Amino acid sequence: MASVTIDDVRKSFGVVEVIHGVSIDIEDGEFVVLVGPSGCGKSTLLRMIAGLESITAGALKIGSRIVNNAPAKERDIAMVFQNYALYPHMKVYDNMAFSMKLRKAPKDEIDKRVRAAAEILGLDQLLDRYPRQLSGGQRQRVAMGRAIVRDPQVFLFDEPLSNLDAKLRVAMRTEIKALHQRVGGTTIYVTHDQIEAMTMADKIVVMQGGYVEQIGAPLELYDRPDNMFVAGFIGSPAMNFLRGRVQGGAFITAMDERIPLGAGMGADEGREVVLGVRPEHLTLVGEGQGFGVDVVVTEPTGSEVQIVAKHGAEELIAVFRERHQPAVGERMRVAPDPSQLHLFDGETGRALRA
Amino acid sequence: MLPAAAFLLLFLAYPLGLGVYLSFTDARVGRAGSWVGLENYEFLAGKNPLWDFFAIISNEVVGTKYELTGDPVFWLSVFNTLLYTVVASALKFAIGLYLALLLNRHMPFKAIIRAVVLVPFIVPTVLSAIAFWWIFDTNFSILTWMLRSIGVLGEKEVINYLGDPLNARASVIFANVWRGVPFIAITLLAGLQTVSPSLYEAATIDGASRWQIFRYITYPLLTPIIAVVMTFSVLFTFTDFQLIWVLTRGGPFNSTHLMATLSYQSGILGGRLGDGAAISTAMIPFLLAAIMFSWFGLQRRKWQHGEGND
Repeated sequence: MASVTIDDVRKSFGVVEVIHGVSIDIEDGEFVVLVGPSGCGKSTLLRMIAGLESITAGALKIGSRIVNNAPAKERDIAMVFQNYALYPHMKVYDNMAFSMKLRKAPKDEIDKRVRAAAEILGLDQLLDRYPRQLSGGQRQRVAMGRAIVRDPQVFLFDEPLSNLDAKLRVAMRTEIKALHQRVGGTTIYVTHDQIEAMTMADKIVVMQGGYVEQIGAPLELYDRPDNMFVAGFIGSPAMNFLRGRVQGGAFITAMDERIPLGAGMGADEGREVVLGVRPEHLTLVGEGQGFGVDVVVTEPTGSEVQIVAKHGAEELIAVFRERHQPAVGERMRVAPDPSQLHLFDGETGRALRA
Repeated sequence: MLPAAAFLLLFLAYPLGLGVYLSFTDARVGRAGSWVGLENYEFLAGKNPLWDFFAIISNEVVGTKYELTGDPVFWLSVFNTLLYTVVASALKFAIGLYLALLLNRHMPFKAIIRAVVLVPFIVPTVLSAIAFWWIFDTNFSILTWMLRSIGVLGEKEVINYLGDPLNARASVIFANVWRGVPFIAITLLAGLQTVSPSLYEAATIDGASRWQIFRYITYPLLTPIIAVVMTFSVLFTFTDFQLIWVLTRGGPFNSTHLMATLSYQSGILGGRLGDGAAISTAMIPFLLAAIMFSWFGLQRRKWQHGEGND
């Protein structure tokens, strides 16, 4: 196992720069998730770490060694691909043994390692099958088994769950996390699914457009997003944003309603700002409190009720544990938890903190 | 069903059946002929075909002078056909595969280069055969001219490409390879493109060198399409006619006579339809063997069959 240091790494395809100076420190044994919308450069960054893409500038260190120009086979990394990339003409056993066979490891050593990995992943019964004969979840496990057998310095996962159905995805999520706790190993995991990121990561790196937006522990990103992008990306349903201005220690919405700001939410008087409120931090209140919204849609999910509503032209979502059933078009009043408000600069989108 | 069956009967089964029937008669052009049983085959293949088969190979390869029990020209054509098919197919496979691997890489003007590769396949065979006729001409050969300019040949030296038995065999094989490579290259290229790039990446990360990736990933994944394309290639080469007929007409000394050209010569030009039909019919066992070999030996791969547990 080893730490990974990414220092001002850049990537250009021709004249187009797609990764603009990314720096991430990954500690030994840490589970880091790179998350962002498609096209944000997270997969490219992962492929650069794997040695499948060249690094245009900056330094990539695995352990204490700079590996910018080292070929993939010398980096001692293992990768799990989105489409699993299992060799279709090899049985499960041979798929898992392939890397060790190439290294000319002794046969009994290979056998021991493959069987140990198969046991960890519950693949014992499937070693004689071809990939075609496996279900999606089983193939996924074989792909992980292939990585474990190598006992690499770093595990790389490239959207490994996106080809699975929703239920299996949740199950495999748990399995990968449990596996990491059992096997250990520095892990870099790429996904576009923020729930995967939140539930699995020790540390999340949110990326957008080839830049790192914020790095932090899952709840840190949830509680203290650095900017509107992270605030809107982390959490589901996404955070609501209301445009307005600060006046007399309160936020004035576009509809001229007052939302008192909590202590320490210093923002200059009269400044154009965006107020961020998570759907779960809104509560239904009576007349004279909070601000008014018009109900657009009510979506009961069983455990909670999601209400999509409009405040003027701005749409927002509120989530209630109680089974409110307002009619479409009904006007109701909601109030945010004052301690759970986020203020962002109206122009740059950066978080405003006292 | 019925129209398809009628079609097959009319255009496949009837000519085949007629050919086989004629091979059991002494029909000549303009005379229906009568049933002679296996007489034609006995005349061609002799009393002991197996002995003749190995004798002709021995005579041609090591220069022994065994007496054949059958028709020496027929057996020579069998030998020629096998030599022609084996050597040309092996060369076509090697060059075609190499070309496919090259064309599968990223390079500028990829589409145009791929199209250019197809040219030998598109040009009508008779046309390219005539071009080769000039290329292989003793006096006006461009090959000779080139060899002279780089000093391999002296000013007055010539190569008798089509007049010497060994040269003639090499020349017709060369022309056949030139014509056949594009088909194999393009088909294998299509096969290569179905291999997911992530398999190469996975193998790279697993530590495989370029050769190992080819040996353990690309080649095994290509075997099904190789089996198909090589079966076709062998069938086409074995039954080749046009190229030989334009270039050598089977000469010199029958050294390039294939079964197809010999059949035409004795059946149509010589007028002995029964004989010609028998030579043609004698090709069928060889072709069937080639098909069986590829069908059972190469084409079936367990990993290709999808669902089900074993």
